[in-house]
Amino acid sequence: MRLRTGFVLETGAAWLLALLWLLPLAYAFWAAFHPPEMATHFDLFAPLTLSNFAKAWSYAPFPRHFLNTIMLVTMILSAQLVLCTLAGYAFARFEFFGSNVAFGLVLVQLMVMPEVLIVENYRIMARLGLVDTILGIGLPYMASAFGIFLLRQTFKTVPRELEEAARIEGCGFLGVLWRVYVPLARPTYLAYGLVSVSYHWNNFLWPLVVTNSVETRPLTVGLAIFGAPESGVDWSVISAGTIMAVAPLLVAFLLFQRQFMQSFMHAGIK
Amino acid sequence: MKHVYGWLLLTPAAILLIGFTHYPAIATLVDSFFSTGTVVRPSRFVGFDNYAALLDDPIFWQVLGNNAWFALGTIPTAIAIALVMALWVNEKLPARALVRMAYFTPTVLPMIAVANLWLFFYTPQIGMLDQVGALFGAPSHNWLGDPNLVLPATMVMVVWKEAGFFMIFYLAALQNLPPELQEAAKIEGASRWYFFRRVTFPLLMPTTLFVLVNATINSFKLVDHLFILTKGGPDNASSLLLYYVYQVAFSFFDTGYAATLTVVLLVLLALLAVVQFLLIEKRVHYR
Repeated sequence: MRLRTGFVLETGAAWLLALLWLLPLAYAFWAAFHPPEMATHFDLFAPLTLSNFAKAWSYAPFPRHFLNTIMLVTMILSAQLVLCTLAGYAFARFEFFGSNVAFGLVLVQLMVMPEVLIVENYRIMARLGLVDTILGIGLPYMASAFGIFLLRQTFKTVPRELEEAARIEGCGFLGVLWRVYVPLARPTYLAYGLVSVSYHWNNFLWPLVVTNSVETRPLTVGLAIFGAPESGVDWSVISAGTIMAVAPLLVAFLLFQRQFMQSFMHAGIK
Repeated sequence: MKHVYGWLLLTPAAILLIGFTHYPAIATLVDSFFSTGTVVRPSRFVGFDNYAALLDDPIFWQVLGNNAWFALGTIPTAIAIALVMALWVNEKLPARALVRMAYFTPTVLPMIAVANLWLFFYTPQIGMLDQVGALFGAPSHNWLGDPNLVLPATMVMVVWKEAGFFMIFYLAALQNLPPELQEAAKIEGASRWYFFRRVTFPLLMPTTLFVLVNATINSFKLVDHLFILTKGGPDNASSLLLYYVYQVAFSFFDTGYAATLTVVLLVLLALLAVVQFLLIEKRVHYR
């Protein structure tokens, strides 16, 4: 009997915490779908409306921000996949001269992420003429230490016999990579891809520093300008804008919950 | 041959890594010994002048202290909540998938959006917190305008954002614990609290250390919310080191001093790297 009440209490507490955790988002949904005067009054029968979304869409250049973010995320991920695959393969299978030192130097980036070096990286971008370009936002992130590390670990688990078999079939060292290693690392690519896309969809500080026009600003920067208190836009419209900005990732997360959590787990534990 | 191939494969990534991590890190150090150049007075070598200015800068000490409080306030709380979440979600709870989703959702939201959502919790009078407080007769607070309340207010938000992320690591670790332990404890008649204290928690120690180090590193990089909520104010009461770097470099245009502040940040991160390395070494010995 004592066990049962304990279980009920615990379930209640777990649910309560879950509700509490959903509250900020639920509140934003409430405000976004109701007229502004209802934003801080709770009335179950308040009329629903989509006008906040229409307003948000017209107040700020959301379509352009969406396009920028999609271009940015795609560009970074494709570059990361190529660069990290090559480097990860080098570290996993070629005991080349200086590889240990080089690997240590790669890992430095796990600590010193580009956002810590905004001052110098801005100077470099200015010298390269890449300030206010999407390439400028993406460039510092393309050679990802994290991706190199993850792929190196995965490639190391591939049995040597498979590689030798492919060599006998006449594959060169790039052929082996493409035919043997890459297909076997598919779960790692999925995990890394999800983490990378989430990270760069949400990234803010460096894109803020390096952009200064609508044509290059990603969603997060656009949202920050739009949602700043001094912009004078009312709460319902800000909520609508915020929901639009997070919707793609949120929907993807709700649909592929399991993959998302496993990816973050896989990527975190290494 | 393998030397040539190895380096060829590494080169594209190496160029970018050197260009945007190693070179700027060293350039930061060099720049910290130079004054900020202006049109009339070009940048010149000033030795340790920037560092002397740093030691005399009350705002530097304030943001450094804020960073320490921020880390102390958010990390243990977030880890404790994450552990409880993981223990719950690991059990056969009704609607478990839903609960797990609720806990994890803040992780996929950008910090900017999170700050937007929380801004209206904290708004005086019409904000959610004050409305709920009013029901119980509590006075209205200016949560983000009061120097004593602003840092704790941002800390609560960060705990909310991070706990679900840390939960994932505990969950993974819990699922790898051998189920025989639980059965043995049942036969011995050990209470759940006893089992948790003497078996589960010690076995989760590597995970706790891993999360701890990563959370500490993260606490130096979490500044996005300040752009929406407080701009570091009032009177720098909520400002953090990286945000101050941003302000000095891009609002006050004092790049020499910004470089000096960045060096402090890099040194702190390097110290953390050493701690992490030692912990990993220890873990290897443990096995």
